Amino acid sequence: MSSPADMANPLLFFFMVVTLFPLGLGPDPERLSTMAPGVLWVVALLSSLMVSSKLFASDYEDGSLEQLAIAPYPLSVLVLGEVTAHWLATGFLLAVVSPLFGVMLGLPQHGLGVLCYSLLLGTVCLTLIGAMGSALTVSIRRGGLLMSLLIIPLNVPVLIFGTTAVSEAIIGGNPSTWLALLGGLAMGSLALVPLAISAALRVSLDN
Amino acid sequence: MSLLAAHDVEIERGDRRLLTGVSLTVEVGDIWQLVGANGVGKTSLLRALAGLARLGVTGDIEHDQQRLYLGHAPSLKKTLSPLDNLRCHPACDIVVADDVIFSALASVSLAGYEDRPVGSLSAGQQRRVALARLLLSPAPLWLLDEPFTALDASGCDWLDAQIRSHVSGGGAVVYTSHQPSRFGSLQQDIDLTCHVC
Amino acid sequence: MWTFIHKMGSPPWFFRFSGTVVKWLLPLTLVLLAVGAAWGLLVAPPDFRQGNSYRIIYIHVPAAVVALAGYYVMAFAGAVSLIWRIKMADVTMRAAAPVGAVLTAVALVTGAIWGKPTWGTWWVWDARITSMLILLFLYLGVVALFEAYENKTAAARACAVLSLVGTVNIPIIYKSVDWWYSLHQPASIKFTGESAIDSSMLYPLLLMIAAFYCLFAVTVLLNMRAELVWNHREAGWLQQLVREA
Repeated sequence: MSSPADMANPLLFFFMVVTLFPLGLGPDPERLSTMAPGVLWVVALLSSLMVSSKLFASDYEDGSLEQLAIAPYPLSVLVLGEVTAHWLATGFLLAVVSPLFGVMLGLPQHGLGVLCYSLLLGTVCLTLIGAMGSALTVSIRRGGLLMSLLIIPLNVPVLIFGTTAVSEAIIGGNPSTWLALLGGLAMGSLALVPLAISAALRVSLDN
Repeated sequence: MSLLAAHDVEIERGDRRLLTGVSLTVEVGDIWQLVGANGVGKTSLLRALAGLARLGVTGDIEHDQQRLYLGHAPSLKKTLSPLDNLRCHPACDIVVADDVIFSALASVSLAGYEDRPVGSLSAGQQRRVALARLLLSPAPLWLLDEPFTALDASGCDWLDAQIRSHVSGGGAVVYTSHQPSRFGSLQQDIDLTCHVC
Repeated sequence: MWTFIHKMGSPPWFFRFSGTVVKWLLPLTLVLLAVGAAWGLLVAPPDFRQGNSYRIIYIHVPAAVVALAGYYVMAFAGAVSLIWRIKMADVTMRAAAPVGAVLTAVALVTGAIWGKPTWGTWWVWDARITSMLILLFLYLGVVALFEAYENKTAAARACAVLSLVGTVNIPIIYKSVDWWYSLHQPASIKFTGESAIDSSMLYPLLLMIAAFYCLFAVTVLLNMRAELVWNHREAGWLQQLVREA
């Protein structure tokens, strides 16, 4: 994650795929704006999948993962550090830039802020689960597709809560319950998933 | 207080049992070489001793917290320079001062290469950068997997000298190598072919 | 209790024990299935709204219930394997995964078969069926992960981690899908209504559920025995058993 290209790729992907939807569904602004929350969230999920597959791959290949595993610190703490750095460069960035894409899809103004918040919280979960998927499949050749299969079902709640929050905001309802749920998922993931990630990394090192 | 004590270690890989009944005690000043044919399990055993491999390893292995493990892969980020790579140990428990790194790199004959991306160096040079870690780490126990690979004659001599000075200075080394014994009476061997199942 | 679990961890002991269990469990399963199926498919009265097509629930519901329970069995075995390093727990997990996956698929297919005459379409995105679909992905993930790893001990460990994470997630998934469905539900139709079920239909259903649980247990035990036979085909105790038979 050290080059600007690495950071630009998921954003570019997001941009391109978001453009595909009006092309596929027709430019009718009303229809687009009703579909916008779902589309934006699904694309965010796909972006997250794309970057997660690379998360531990280079560390595994060049041996850095081994050094992390025998370090005198708990692996889950080190992992949390790596995942946070990764999130700042991917999910966080995506969340910050998302209102732009929201506008492209005709999302009403009052929905944009909620979109941003929901993605901020949601991408924390997506990044953590994605990291776990990456950790489980890093020792497998061409493990990308398998990783997607593992991660997608686990991300369904995040997707549902995120899209519902934005939809509620658009129709003038109260998105705070959904944002709170997202927040709860994020906290829970932060507490528990790093343990799973470090267990998975150790297993991968043994393959 | 020995630096590493292994007792009756058995190594299994998947459903295959590789090694059985391996015991080893490493004291300060020891040099141990794990000897055996290709595929007998030298790397697996070394990884188990380092605490890396846990699955399929039975038996007692006790070691000091501070150990330095250098595996086949150089553990270097290809896009970063040797300076950046060595500045911070992957686990970042020690941050090394730049001038110390400079002199370490000079010692492995890589003075002048400090700022080039590691990916642009040859295999031998990358191996030397990895070995520069030996000079920067305070760990008393070194576990080295085929450290002499990809080194030219002068590199081998350098490593030889480092190992000798390390063990005489209060450390110990366990290594695997295809090369025959280099350290003569200083080292002890474990022939793993005796422990094969 | 503890010694029992300890003994189960030994392949020869488990093999002998499971042999006895299967010997009476298999006929019991077949009997329960036969009686339950006959009762549900033939004897129970037709539903006043759906006619005879509702009878597929005698397969659909038990399959769904046991599929979900099966995931917990698998995850529990995984947890045992992770914490106490008992190899037999690995074998249990490996045996349970494909069985659970098949049951989930059966639940989905029978759900579709139920849907066609009842609501006119093969597939309906209602809460329960959608959750079942996600469960299928979870199962397939475990099976695929196992196949992808070269070192099978590592594979089992990885699957244990995955299924544990899945277990924690399943209630969240089910709840979130439930909310998702109730938010987007079209006003007029309620696809899976919780209508009160008459006891003449309830009892055969419960019987079939029990039958499916037994079916699950028998299949998993048979799977485990097959796996043990393969893994220990050279072992003395197994060869002796074969000689005795």
